[in-house]
Amino acid sequence: MAERTRPAPGPTTYVLRVLVITYLVLLVIWPVSLVVTNTFANGDEALRSILEDPDLVDALRLTAVAAVVATAINTVFGVTVSLLLVRTVFPGKRILSALMDLPLSVSPIVVGLALVLVYGGRNGWFGPTLEGAGLQVIFSTPGIIMATAFVSLPLVIREVVPVLQELGDEQEQAARSLGASGRQTFWRITLPSIKWAVVYGVVLTLARSLGEFGAVKVVSGNVLGETRTATLAVEEKYLNFDQEGAYAIAFLLASVSVLAIVVVSLLRSREAHR
Amino acid sequence: MSIDITGVSKRYGHFVALEGIDLSLPRGQLTALLGPSGGGKTTLLRIIAGLETPDTGSVVIEGKDATRLPVQKRNVGFVFQHYAAFKHLSVARNVAFGLEIRKKPEDEVRAKVEELLALVHLSQFADRLPSQLSGGQRQRMALARALAIEPTVLLLDEPFGALDAKVRKELRDWLRRLHDEVHVTTVFVTHDQEEALEVADEIVVVNQGRVEQVGTPDQLYDDPANDFVMGFLGETTTLGGVVLRPHDIEVDRGPGRAGAQEAVVVRVLRVGFEVRVSAETTAGEQVTVSMTRTHAKALHVDEGATLWLCPAVGAATVPSMPFRLRDGVVA
Repeated sequence: MAERTRPAPGPTTYVLRVLVITYLVLLVIWPVSLVVTNTFANGDEALRSILEDPDLVDALRLTAVAAVVATAINTVFGVTVSLLLVRTVFPGKRILSALMDLPLSVSPIVVGLALVLVYGGRNGWFGPTLEGAGLQVIFSTPGIIMATAFVSLPLVIREVVPVLQELGDEQEQAARSLGASGRQTFWRITLPSIKWAVVYGVVLTLARSLGEFGAVKVVSGNVLGETRTATLAVEEKYLNFDQEGAYAIAFLLASVSVLAIVVVSLLRSREAHR
Repeated sequence: MSIDITGVSKRYGHFVALEGIDLSLPRGQLTALLGPSGGGKTTLLRIIAGLETPDTGSVVIEGKDATRLPVQKRNVGFVFQHYAAFKHLSVARNVAFGLEIRKKPEDEVRAKVEELLALVHLSQFADRLPSQLSGGQRQRMALARALAIEPTVLLLDEPFGALDAKVRKELRDWLRRLHDEVHVTTVFVTHDQEEALEVADEIVVVNQGRVEQVGTPDQLYDDPANDFVMGFLGETTTLGGVVLRPHDIEVDRGPGRAGAQEAVVVRVLRVGFEVRVSAETTAGEQVTVSMTRTHAKALHVDEGATLWLCPAVGAATVPSMPFRLRDGVVA
């Protein structure tokens, strides 16, 4: 008997494939590859000059610090909120759930302005009090971290919530019936079950945080060597006709994000083959 | 008594899941909570476990009031319909979970896990993940996991409901034998009367949030408290205003016996060795009679034939009540 195979792809399938590939090449692959080729137009000279400029190293460091701290905050917050949203019932739950998506739909510029309104050192609603206590938020690292955390807030939640829903709470009930406390159940059962969703959320948050520009531009003040982040440096270089430098920093930022996603996919496929 | 339930009620919004349940389950027995879906039996089991809290009433386990005790402090073993296997842990680690939580020494845990895996015939699967087991094997693992903590009571929520018919029957026999070995007070929920009749020492029939009857399988089958219990435990039919089993009707071709009613055969259905006869009495009552093929042949039971029907001597019967009264309201 003839083996059952999938029907041979017809002309429509080929047309669709070509369309998708063309679209991706024009929108993503070509522009990104141009960043890479422009970076290495003069060998590694552009990269080296970036890494030898102390101001730019400071900018890269600030970006790294802001991204890592914001990601850490959003991971803890995101897992907690996901558990609240999926495992408990409380009034206002749907409003909270909708609110969690707000940072994705609001322009980062608006986020920056909103933060200034609350935490601005001179006219902010809360800022002067904090400044009196010796904590400057706006035009300083805390403000940059807050802006970054704000824009990347929903990414962990969006990864974890569907997995928690899919998982159900029977395993948790079983753990409880076997004597585990709430804390033990979380660390031994819930967290291992949502591990990959959390990892994906963290990677996406990190990638998003590294690239944040609009909100950070408003709150940072762009003080050279102090509150200038890598993305702000890209803009500045670009506006000052140092396109090679701009491409080099852009390349660094993009490669960290791509690297993170590649590492996760590799880890995950290894886990799946175990 | 191992489990004493007094005045337990539970509502979900307007839906009454349980109402005024009083029930005592003796130590060391295998008890079935039997009833139709949505009748409240699973809610009752989860209240015993502490996975739900009753609105009113109390639950006493081995003389200790457990009503307000959270599930992790009750020392009950709970087995879920869909196994609730810890997917990221090996079979052995699943079974060891409760012991590790209790911080038992490592060699004690290992010995106990080996013993339990042997008991449930899963020793060779100790290092596999639950996803590599069949449904029946997963449920046996879940049972070993629940038994590992040496529970005061073992509670099983439709433990074989998700398995196919053959595995289900095997596991049912196996549970009975296991219980004879382990002797832990066991309560299991089922909607399958055959399962309950075959496995349980005692059956509690739960319907519409109430206990209809408590008794041994024989008591329930031979002496049902009402037509619901009778109907739930097997096929029934009505003859002369009483409910009885279709195989408890004597059939004659002439009016020989006292109280026999005349009826005309409407339909004859043969299922293997059994013949099911639908007949209508002169009073207009629809009666179903079941008899062996040989018996039907000897009596020449064919469509249109006239039969004389009466309840067999010693047949279990209950009065027929098409509208059951409950708190003065027609149910």
